[in-house]
Amino acid sequence: MSFSEFLYMGGYGFYVWSSWGLFFLVVFGNLIYTQSFYRRTLRETRNFLKRSRNKS
Amino acid sequence: MSPQSAFAPLPAIIRRDLLLAMRRRGESLTPLLFLLMVVSLFPLGLGPDPVKLGASAAAIVWVAALLSVLLSLERLFRSDFDDGSLEQFALSPCPLPALVLSKVVAHWLVSGLPVVLAGPILAMMLNLPGHVAWTLLHSLALGTPILSLVGSIGVGLTVGLRRGGILVSLLVLPLYVPILIFGAGAVQAASGGLPSDAHLLLLGAQLALALVLAPIATAAALRISMS
Amino acid sequence: MNRIVQFFHKTVSPEYFYWLSGKLIPWFIGIFVVVLAFGVWGAFTAPTDYQQGESYRIIFVHVPAAYMSMLIYVCMAVAGFIGLVWHIKLAEITAVASAPIGAAFTALALATGSLWGKPMWGTYWVWDARLTSELILLFLYIGVIALYNAIDDHRKAARAVAILALVGVVNIPIIHFSVEWWSTLHQPATLSKLDQPSMHPDMLRPLLIMIVACTIYFPGILFMRIRAMLLRQERRSRWVARLLGEEGT
Repeated sequence: MSFSEFLYMGGYGFYVWSSWGLFFLVVFGNLIYTQSFYRRTLRETRNFLKRSRNKS
Repeated sequence: MSPQSAFAPLPAIIRRDLLLAMRRRGESLTPLLFLLMVVSLFPLGLGPDPVKLGASAAAIVWVAALLSVLLSLERLFRSDFDDGSLEQFALSPCPLPALVLSKVVAHWLVSGLPVVLAGPILAMMLNLPGHVAWTLLHSLALGTPILSLVGSIGVGLTVGLRRGGILVSLLVLPLYVPILIFGAGAVQAASGGLPSDAHLLLLGAQLALALVLAPIATAAALRISMS
Repeated sequence: MNRIVQFFHKTVSPEYFYWLSGKLIPWFIGIFVVVLAFGVWGAFTAPTDYQQGESYRIIFVHVPAAYMSMLIYVCMAVAGFIGLVWHIKLAEITAVASAPIGAAFTALALATGSLWGKPMWGTYWVWDARLTSELILLFLYIGVIALYNAIDDHRKAARAVAILALVGVVNIPIIHFSVEWWSTLHQPATLSKLDQPSMHPDMLRPLLIMIVACTIYFPGILFMRIRAMLLRQERRSRWVARLLGEEGT
């Protein structure tokens, strides 16, 4: 099977590839988003602790 | 305190809520008027063709009834929450689920029962034959108490919030799906000349389940809202 | 027995869980990526379906997504129940953190379902029993997320979410049954369902591998969310100060 044939998917290329694309988008997008959410929270918490330490 | 006196407040609560509803007659009638107006909007949108109206009558009446009960739900615990009576209820020796159940019964008598009784009139407006109207009455009589019971959970969860109203519909409408399916399904089966017993029995089963479980969930939700 | 209880209490303490999940997350994600690679390879080397042609390869992502949407809802309800009964903060946070992940998988199942439906049924949306239940499940998830966001107090919101999740989990079988009933009444039975009565082992194997991959993915992403939420909610506690103090120097 050639590569273009593989992409063509017997005429169903659009549906198959957009489904798989969405799957990877959701799975890895979620990972990236959650990691950045965690980083942001870490930074905010550090700032919060610094502020409260300076106050006291 | 004996068990009997622990349950003594229940009829009193129902009487009080009915009395309050009688005092505010205009407000209590709003859901019924809403129902009548929504149902009379449909012929204006669909066209006056009796055949077409008869075919969609089941869905129209049921969706309108569902929305009108939803509209009236907000009143369920609002005033008791605002003036603090709800906290007194929670502290009383009477179990909170039982108190919740009596509140829901009163609420259904005020806003659900008129919807049930309006069923035959709506059936006539939408060109449903007599025996189908009878089925509609039955399905509404079994279905509207479930709407009130399931709805009370959503109200219990949101009663402490300022903008609880729209949130209640978001929480509760997905849970109304089976009631709508069996309620409207019964009417549709009857107008197709099929027996509608199965639909009605399944509605009854849901009512039994909701009667037992919903007050417990609502009581737990109210306790969280009051904490 | 006593030791088990002790271990349990240690594990559910936010500080210990934060440390433990930090160690576990790379493993979950790593194993997930490896299993996923096998699944993808299997999904595209499996033989072509004689009825559906190549379009059946959508099933390798649709079925895992639909399966995850239900698994996560059940996890959310179980965590909520534990949180309500034993007042375990970690369980409450688990319930809350599950909701967006479940909603994402539900939306994915809906999207891939309609992408599968377009070549099979000729339209993107058919009121098929499975797609309809999946849509209602998405509404239930949205309700949970909206309720959590509407209540300011974290603990209170988490407990409200737990009740809603429990109510939902009691209702899901009823909803599912009613939708099945409704769709058999209203639609001809000739409509082909997404699940095959019997799949060829060469097709079933990649599907199972994909399901396993997603099941491993879930704790990984869940722990990541929980860690972030723990940090935010516990920022006044001593362990966070100790942890970040040490890291900061």
